Amino acid sequence: MSIEHTTTVQESASLASTHDHHDGHHEHHHEESFISKYVFSQDHKMIAKQFLITGMIWAVIGGLFSVLFRLQLGYPEMSFPILEDLFGKWAAGGRISNEFYYALVTMHGTILVFFVLTAGLSGTFANFLIPLQIGARDMASPMLNMLSYWFFFLASIIMFASMFIQTGPASGGWTIYPPLSALGQASEGSKLGMDYWLVSMAMFIVSSLLGGLNYISTILNMRTKGMTMTRLPLTIWALFFTAVLGVLSFPVLLSGAILLLFDRNLGTSFYLSEIVVKGEILPNEGGSAILFQHLFWFLGHPEVYIILLPALGMVSEILSVNSRKPIFGYLAMVGSLFAIAILAFLVWAHHMFVTGLNPFLGAFFVLLTLLIAVPSAIKVFNWLTTLWRGNLRFTPGMLFAIGFVSLFISGGLTGIFLGNSTLDIHLHDTYFVVAHFHIVMGVASMFGMFAGVYHWYPKMYGRYMNNTLAYIHFWVSLIGAYLIFWPMHYQGLAGMPRRYTDFSNWESFKQFGEMNRFISTVAMIVFVVQLLFIFNFFYSIWKGRKVTTQNPWGANTLEWTTPVRPGHGNWPGEIPEVHRWAYDYGKDGRDFIPQTEKISDSESKH
Amino acid sequence: MTTFLIVAILVLAFILVFQISKASEYVSVLKGEEKTFKQSNRINAFLFIAFLVLGLIGAWWCNEQFYGRTLLAQPAASDHGEKIDNMLLLTFAVTGLVFFITQIALFWFAFKYQYTDKRKAFYFAHSNKLELIWTVVPAIFLTFLVGLGLFYWFGITSDAPKGAQIVEITGKQFNWMMRYPGKDGVLGRKNYRLTDASNGNALGVDWEDEASHDDLESTEMHLVVGKPVQLVINAQDVIHDVGLVHFRLKMDAVPGIPTTMWFTPKYTTAQMKQITGNKNFVYEISCDQMCGSGHYSMKGIIIVETQEEYDKWLSQQKPQFLTVSEANKKVDKPASDTLQANMSAVGAKPLAKN
Repeated sequence: MSIEHTTTVQESASLASTHDHHDGHHEHHHEESFISKYVFSQDHKMIAKQFLITGMIWAVIGGLFSVLFRLQLGYPEMSFPILEDLFGKWAAGGRISNEFYYALVTMHGTILVFFVLTAGLSGTFANFLIPLQIGARDMASPMLNMLSYWFFFLASIIMFASMFIQTGPASGGWTIYPPLSALGQASEGSKLGMDYWLVSMAMFIVSSLLGGLNYISTILNMRTKGMTMTRLPLTIWALFFTAVLGVLSFPVLLSGAILLLFDRNLGTSFYLSEIVVKGEILPNEGGSAILFQHLFWFLGHPEVYIILLPALGMVSEILSVNSRKPIFGYLAMVGSLFAIAILAFLVWAHHMFVTGLNPFLGAFFVLLTLLIAVPSAIKVFNWLTTLWRGNLRFTPGMLFAIGFVSLFISGGLTGIFLGNSTLDIHLHDTYFVVAHFHIVMGVASMFGMFAGVYHWYPKMYGRYMNNTLAYIHFWVSLIGAYLIFWPMHYQGLAGMPRRYTDFSNWESFKQFGEMNRFISTVAMIVFVVQLLFIFNFFYSIWKGRKVTTQNPWGANTLEWTTPVRPGHGNWPGEIPEVHRWAYDYGKDGRDFIPQTEKISDSESKH
Repeated sequence: MTTFLIVAILVLAFILVFQISKASEYVSVLKGEEKTFKQSNRINAFLFIAFLVLGLIGAWWCNEQFYGRTLLAQPAASDHGEKIDNMLLLTFAVTGLVFFITQIALFWFAFKYQYTDKRKAFYFAHSNKLELIWTVVPAIFLTFLVGLGLFYWFGITSDAPKGAQIVEITGKQFNWMMRYPGKDGVLGRKNYRLTDASNGNALGVDWEDEASHDDLESTEMHLVVGKPVQLVINAQDVIHDVGLVHFRLKMDAVPGIPTTMWFTPKYTTAQMKQITGNKNFVYEISCDQMCGSGHYSMKGIIIVETQEEYDKWLSQQKPQFLTVSEANKKVDKPASDTLQANMSAVGAKPLAKN
């Protein structure tokens, strides 16, 4: 049975069901102005697209930054005059200056972690999928939802502006540890750029909270009739836990950021004590630089899961749909998401094993950190079992979902090294860490995002993206990701520290020049291929192949019961009622059974 | 010019790829979408298995190339480092096994269960037995890794043995400064407000504390092979990190909060030159915590030597207190009492009991 067949069957079924209760809900068809439709829109689908496109712009900027600093790492002895033309004093003589290098690294991290993989990923898919998949016309508060985007936009503007001030943007690493980030004397990037960073982040946190509260209340209160919590698709469970994590942890970062602003501008000593900087003796005494790290990582670690969970959810959904099989162990999948969400709050100090943390305290964090491997293992084995004896369709979304599983395994296993404090003493802040978190959090979540975009693009724009471009995009990205990050483990095992602009003066680390050149070259190729994706995305909005059937993937979830191009309010008639879970694929010899179909007496139990 | 050329080539390649992709879409419409779907499905399934095979070969090749350039190819230079290497190898064994099983299963399933008209997907929603297995088995392995890890961790972070040599190391942008306690074995008190690099007191030592008078200051760290050493770690401006790759150790240097770590060096620098086959080998201290624009250049040197060599080096060193007071005496008038003179020379108030 092919895609075409399945969809025609589904279409007639769902058309029949909507005809039954078509009692004329036309109130959502009123005229909208350009501003209210595209700019200050309160339609969750439009807000999702706003998040996505803003996220994509940031991804290009953040990715470009990584290309620039990889240029320095890969070709430390070469000069590129064009860089001086573009960046002036930051790249005098065509070489990236140290300050510029660290500004690039810091901005790359900040942009990718917060603006792309938090706002761009969960902002997009939480907004898009929650109302559509739970059967709601919109979010609990469309107004707060709109504000959530515009606070994100404001944060973006401030962060973007910080790149154009004379002393440059923040440059102390995305973790902005004080005292480095607190003292303008210590670094150019800790001057005005740091204030911009902190204010931008405060706006970002407001955005994230508005969004998160909305997602939680929508999921808890606005599910359609019959949509019990245990019938929710795993995407929604994942987005729900993501929102809970964000709401509980982002305020802690806000407090940390505000105290840092105080230390910087009001002469307080929350993080400062006994400091002599550039020969200047500072009056501050009694603060603790480590306090900031606790506050930061109390968000920072859950943040990793805020990034990862939506990808876990979407991948579960996409794997199941395209294997034509139910997701294996639905309840275990929900349980493991829950376990990961809880543990996310209890492991932050594993980033601080070598700060002088009490070793006894450290022991608990080792235990709790390695405990996360159990729910993660459950997820991986459940995905593998979902593929087993399926009938796999390699749609672009499916390819990225499978790529995600591979990366999640590779990056997850190195977490077992780093979560073990004994090994962390050796591997902390080396390239091993860089390889670990880029694979498991960066590239894997990016793959989850791509999977989501390809899979739900027909619902977003009523068109398909070009498949051939998508295949090229996938294969180059997957191969590229491994070529870039696999060798970095070896650099890490040589003890090579992160955030060095140049290794040539180090007897212990200079043996990797060749490898760095290789990694940089691959990084550039992969970056160019991402541009291909972006081109494909925008081109297909207007010129893509049109979606002609309501349910192109033959999926069970509610979003595919809406019209091909749903208006504000999603369903023209009544909201459909749900009678079953989302994963009845291949049951009783039927290819799929939508959630809206009643359970018949003859159906087998599972 | 080359830049322009590269951009031009990129744009052309871009357009080419795009046109081909566009054309393939038209072809698929002509051929029938079902046929195209089946064909591309087969290609992607094949690519998955090809990726697996080439990936495994690539991983092996990468290991051949780079294993020798990592620290895995050298013995750890400290007793703690040996424990860490043990833990590392064991973790490699466990995770490596899981890695190969799961990755091979993933790509093999992708290939094996690719779409065909003949197969119906197997409705398999859950199995308590299977799920129990892959909850319990990882949990057992992890318990084992956690247990051993913590056993080593408590060993490494335990108190330094009595009689360990004490060396203070202080980080500032962008270099390291060492201080030795001298004959009395006690480091003199410090007060950061006394820091005055131009007057020979870069570390802010309180000269009023007599224990400071025999303290030695140095830019290199000298250690005795086989003798436990305890580092007392400080930072003056921002957070730094004492990274000792060959000893496999690391500890942050935090302003206002002294930290400590101890270990026993196992090989002298000369021995390590032989072991590594690198005649330029040197124990380097790398700063492992982002500390500003010169972070990448913040290097210190450790020389591990025999007791005789160490004693010889020590005998050539002069306490910083003397260096400073002599330098100042040349400017000031001489005084009768030596201690008093030296004290006033370094700008300290006379001791109360005198």
